[in-house]
Amino acid sequence: MLEIDNLHCKIDDKSILKGINLKIKKGEIHAIMGPNGSGKSTLANVISGHEDYQVTKGSIYFDDKEINDLSADERAHEGVFMSFQYPVEIPGVTVTNFIKTAINETRKSKGLDDMSSSEMLKKIREKANLLDMDSNFLSRSLNEGFSGGEKKRNEIFQMAMMEPKLAVLDETDSGLDIDALKIVANGVMKCSNDENAVLVITHYQRLLDYIVPDKVHVIMDGKVVKSGNKDLAKKIEVVGYDWLKKSK
Amino acid sequence: MSFQDKLLDSFIAFEQEIDLQSPVHVYRKNALKRFENKGFPTKKDEQWKYTSLKSIIQRDYNLSVNRNPNIELKDIKKYSINDIDSFKIVFVDGVFNPFLSNTTHDGMDICVLSAALSKSKYKKTISKYFNKIVPDDESLASLNTSYTQEGAYIYIPKSVLPEDPVQILHFSTGKNKPLWLQPRNIIIVEENARVEIIERHQSLKSHTGLTNSLTEIYAEKNSFIDYYKIQNDLESSNLIDNTFIDQKRDSNVRVHTFSFGGKLTRNNLNFYHKGENIQSTLKGLTILEGDQHVDHNTLVNHAQPNCESHQDYKGIFSERSVGVFNGKILVDQIAQKTNAFQQNNNILIDNKAKVNSKPQLEIFADDVKCSHGCTIGQLNKEALFYLKSRGIPEKEAIALLTYGFANNVLKSVNIPSLKKRINSLISKKLGVSLGFDL
Repeated sequence: MLEIDNLHCKIDDKSILKGINLKIKKGEIHAIMGPNGSGKSTLANVISGHEDYQVTKGSIYFDDKEINDLSADERAHEGVFMSFQYPVEIPGVTVTNFIKTAINETRKSKGLDDMSSSEMLKKIREKANLLDMDSNFLSRSLNEGFSGGEKKRNEIFQMAMMEPKLAVLDETDSGLDIDALKIVANGVMKCSNDENAVLVITHYQRLLDYIVPDKVHVIMDGKVVKSGNKDLAKKIEVVGYDWLKKSK
Repeated sequence: MSFQDKLLDSFIAFEQEIDLQSPVHVYRKNALKRFENKGFPTKKDEQWKYTSLKSIIQRDYNLSVNRNPNIELKDIKKYSINDIDSFKIVFVDGVFNPFLSNTTHDGMDICVLSAALSKSKYKKTISKYFNKIVPDDESLASLNTSYTQEGAYIYIPKSVLPEDPVQILHFSTGKNKPLWLQPRNIIIVEENARVEIIERHQSLKSHTGLTNSLTEIYAEKNSFIDYYKIQNDLESSNLIDNTFIDQKRDSNVRVHTFSFGGKLTRNNLNFYHKGENIQSTLKGLTILEGDQHVDHNTLVNHAQPNCESHQDYKGIFSERSVGVFNGKILVDQIAQKTNAFQQNNNILIDNKAKVNSKPQLEIFADDVKCSHGCTIGQLNKEALFYLKSRGIPEKEAIALLTYGFANNVLKSVNIPSLKKRINSLISKKLGVSLGFDL
């Protein structure tokens, strides 16, 4: 589904990714770990099509199609979704209005008519329930005044609504208490199936107790330095990253 | 001959057409004298620092109106709100058109000023109110007063609460030479009464005409007035709107100004407090592109204790458009416990768009709450990426952010079909076909 081939990228003339290789098949859950500043969030942003990040070398293939030149909205139409580490506050636009616009614009790109209001409402209710969200939350301005936990829950709510092929979760666990973490992780797992894939970016192993990865990759200094199964994450939790530096 | 001289000279011809015995005529003559002394404002006047009338007054205009404009309902229908019952006062090239209007004298007067000036039963009211709130030192207001003849006349008696809003529609056909129009509206809302008004000035054909409109509003004790101005004229038309509001105790007046089009638009909006416990709301939403220029010049004079005013002006400027906000809050020494709030936020979409924002607070009382804030910025790039990452294309994402930004002004529009109309005007302006429920 996602194939990243020797990806190099820079922002403001600063090289961040220095040759990333990654292959995710459908039905798989991959986790990316790594110390601060190693390029994890950059990778998420580059996959999503953030224009500030300039790809200088290499390719991103999504469903065997190179998507390097697609804009963020076009990638979303293809089925790429990113859960933001820091979701942006947008005053004056309600969660409902936002998600309706997002879904209908995506449908439009596929030549489909708008989703009917009743169908939309039903889906919104169902997914809000999945994430244990209050209904008044849907009429609030997007992320404005949301707690950290509410913001992250809202991201996964959007993921559940958009039903992407690939969900990139950028530090979705940061700022969450254990109860919220369980709800969010549970939401992700309920949406995960044989046809889609998840890429989890995290600092901590604890999220991976709930979203259990098939593969774990460690990024350091813009490169994947080690890949393994879920035990790799457990080892890192105990011993940190230093041993990987030495083996590099 | 300069246009200013023409205005002065034409007064003699104007006097041939009107009733010189009318109590307002002395006001006309005095106002003309003041205009003659002061002339048009220039950029040297502090209140006109960022808006020049030079190119407008260098041209020539027709002062006499087109008496037989051939206008039918189909030509103007799209400029009014038709899906609700409403009163309509329609003027075409400055002349009242009874066929397109829906006026009343049943329990209230929703009609025209020329009738109120000519009939004796209105004499007392006209003498009591006419020109009582218009400042002498504003020469464009003086110019309007000197040529007072036609406009809307709305009188809502004590405790009358009309269900339907009033639409005041001024059309200009542009069929002959560009017209200089000077409508004069008077609105009097007595104790415990209320009214909703929608005002629009619209050119039907591209021309470089100018409207110098003046509206006097008198809100008596405990009255409520909701006033909406829709400024979405063709790109060649010019509008100077002078609105003066006199509020008695416990009254509540709200003015929303939607400025989406026109070459040059200047809004002089002044509130004067004449009692305690008054509420005044001034909201504006400006969305411009091309070479359009809109100048909001507001004054709230807190002259009595325990009153509130709330100003919120938002602007979004593309291409080479220019916005001006000059908002003055004047708190007199006796106006203790005043609560005055003012905010002006602007977004510049393009490099060449420009905003001049100038809050002015003059406070002579010592126990007041006054705040003001002004921002000029760009669309939040991270917010744009966030929306795009959810499949919303750039144009629609900009529109959604614009709506969000404007929402505070839109959400207090109390007439649902008007809100719908404004939403569709915004969608059209932003080139998207999004339906927003706000």
